Amino acid sequence: MAKTIQQINEKIKKGEVVVVNAEEIIDIVDKKGVKKASQEIDVVTTGTFSPMCSSGAYINIGTSKPKLKLGGGKATINNVSVYTGFAAADIYIGAAALPDEGPRNKFYPGDFTYGGGHVIEDLVSGKDLKLKAIAYGTDCYPRKELDTLINIKDLNEAVLFNLRNASQNYNVAVNLSNRIIYTYMGELKANLGNANYCTAGQLSPLLNDPLYKTIGIGTKIFLGGGEGYITWHGTQHNPSSKRKNNDIPKDTAATISVIGNLKNMSAKWLRGTSMKGYGATLTVGIGIPIPILNEEICRYTAIKDKEIYTTIRDYSQDYPNAVEKSLGEINYEQLKSGKITIKNKEVPTGSLSSYKKAKEISNILKDRIKNGDFLLTQPIASLPGPNSGYKLKPLKEREVK
Amino acid sequence: MGKRTLVLKFPKKLVNQPITYKLVKNYNLKLNILQAKVTPEEEGSMVIGIEGPDKKIKEGIKYLKETGVKIQPLIQDVELDKDKCTHCTYCVTLCPTQAFIVDRKTMEVSLDKDKCIACGICVDVCPYNAIKLKLG
Ligand code: SF4
Ligand code: SF4
Repeated sequence: MAKTIQQINEKIKKGEVVVVNAEEIIDIVDKKGVKKASQEIDVVTTGTFSPMCSSGAYINIGTSKPKLKLGGGKATINNVSVYTGFAAADIYIGAAALPDEGPRNKFYPGDFTYGGGHVIEDLVSGKDLKLKAIAYGTDCYPRKELDTLINIKDLNEAVLFNLRNASQNYNVAVNLSNRIIYTYMGELKANLGNANYCTAGQLSPLLNDPLYKTIGIGTKIFLGGGEGYITWHGTQHNPSSKRKNNDIPKDTAATISVIGNLKNMSAKWLRGTSMKGYGATLTVGIGIPIPILNEEICRYTAIKDKEIYTTIRDYSQDYPNAVEKSLGEINYEQLKSGKITIKNKEVPTGSLSSYKKAKEISNILKDRIKNGDFLLTQPIASLPGPNSGYKLKPLKEREVK
Repeated sequence: MGKRTLVLKFPKKLVNQPITYKLVKNYNLKLNILQAKVTPEEEGSMVIGIEGPDKKIKEGIKYLKETGVKIQPLIQDVELDKDKCTHCTYCVTLCPTQAFIVDRKTMEVSLDKDKCIACGICVDVCPYNAIKLKLG
């Protein structure tokens, strides 16, 4: 018997809802069968905790006296460059932003100890931050310089607004060359010395709803320890990515754009991150509830690590030169075992995404729903699906005349 | 009695010298070679553990310096900060002695201090600064 989100919300309000996480549902479906499981379980919770570079936060600092217009000027927070191309008092802090004067990769590989992601973590944790700005001055906004401490509690708005998060699947990175390379997929040792992957597999939100039947625009989610919403599909959304028979894409596919009140989030789930030799970023905690509306959706949430395949790619030559070459496919059970075989060589595996934290998120979300603190929302529009024609396009470079 | 872990870098001209042998013989130190790497045409590096009376350790270190061996900061211990570690498992493949243990069911990461040679590699690469160095 099919259920509706309204019916599930009624159960949440009455304290009768049955919620399990995306790991627990596997055993339940194995034991009871998908029919019975879909009747008994109302919600399956998912989670992910990974570096997500296309993240950021916007803040409104309030007007100074006399007034200063940030728009068109320049600003830094804790020396990290922030974006001021808006009106007088709005700033966007990008997760990958760096101090203007920082060494970056000058002393290769650079350490990138502090960047936009760290600013966001410090902001959320309630620390005072140093804001410096210069403006050009107008008749209505005469002031030209600002040098002040700011604190999240005094800001008018502090909103996390991420352009691309929670990637549906991600490739495995290896290095076929004979020197160490430093990538956003971490340090890759020479000659297939290690293999790094980056999703929570069977717990990952979009891998549990591979055709976006329940996750859509307007879906309420766990975001950075607080709550947020899906605002749109994320940038580089690529639902036409090749899929296995179980509808699971074999490489990066869907992404989501999310928003939420930073003031209600926590530094535990928004962590400034330094990727040696690559840059700074933000590790974001996201959890998405999946309403078990019918058997099909239930079956999707019971997906196991060993049924989710991803593609192995070389980051020494192929990736930098945008060559789409696969070195093979591998599933998450193999990846999580700690070693895989590539070209007849045993290669140890490491992850950038934390399975343990992903599970913690799925459990927090489960408790919030069980306690009646989190109601589900009906999406107001769907994410573009596999047949929408949406595709990831490369840049077409054209001559500037 | 004392115990020290030292990271030694020695220039090419010293690569073939019996330095470690002398440490044992002349200073009566118990020596444990934890890691050794000598690349031809380059300098060699070695991580050693030495054990013996504090006075002898001091003398041994002095001897090393006199021969031209560079001694890196004496890292004595590293510690995994439980609050900061996200258990991502990224550092696991980068540790030269496989000192990180992963519970493959929960994917929880812990550090086996007996295996750790305090080389500092993980301290350098952990994206969350979750491993602390203790300098001796
Ligand atoms: S890389 Fe850092 S956060 Fe990840 S498991 Fe190792 S110590 Fe923990
Ligand atoms: S310092 Fe880190 S990388 Fe080096 S041996 Fe110890 S645990 Fe391994």
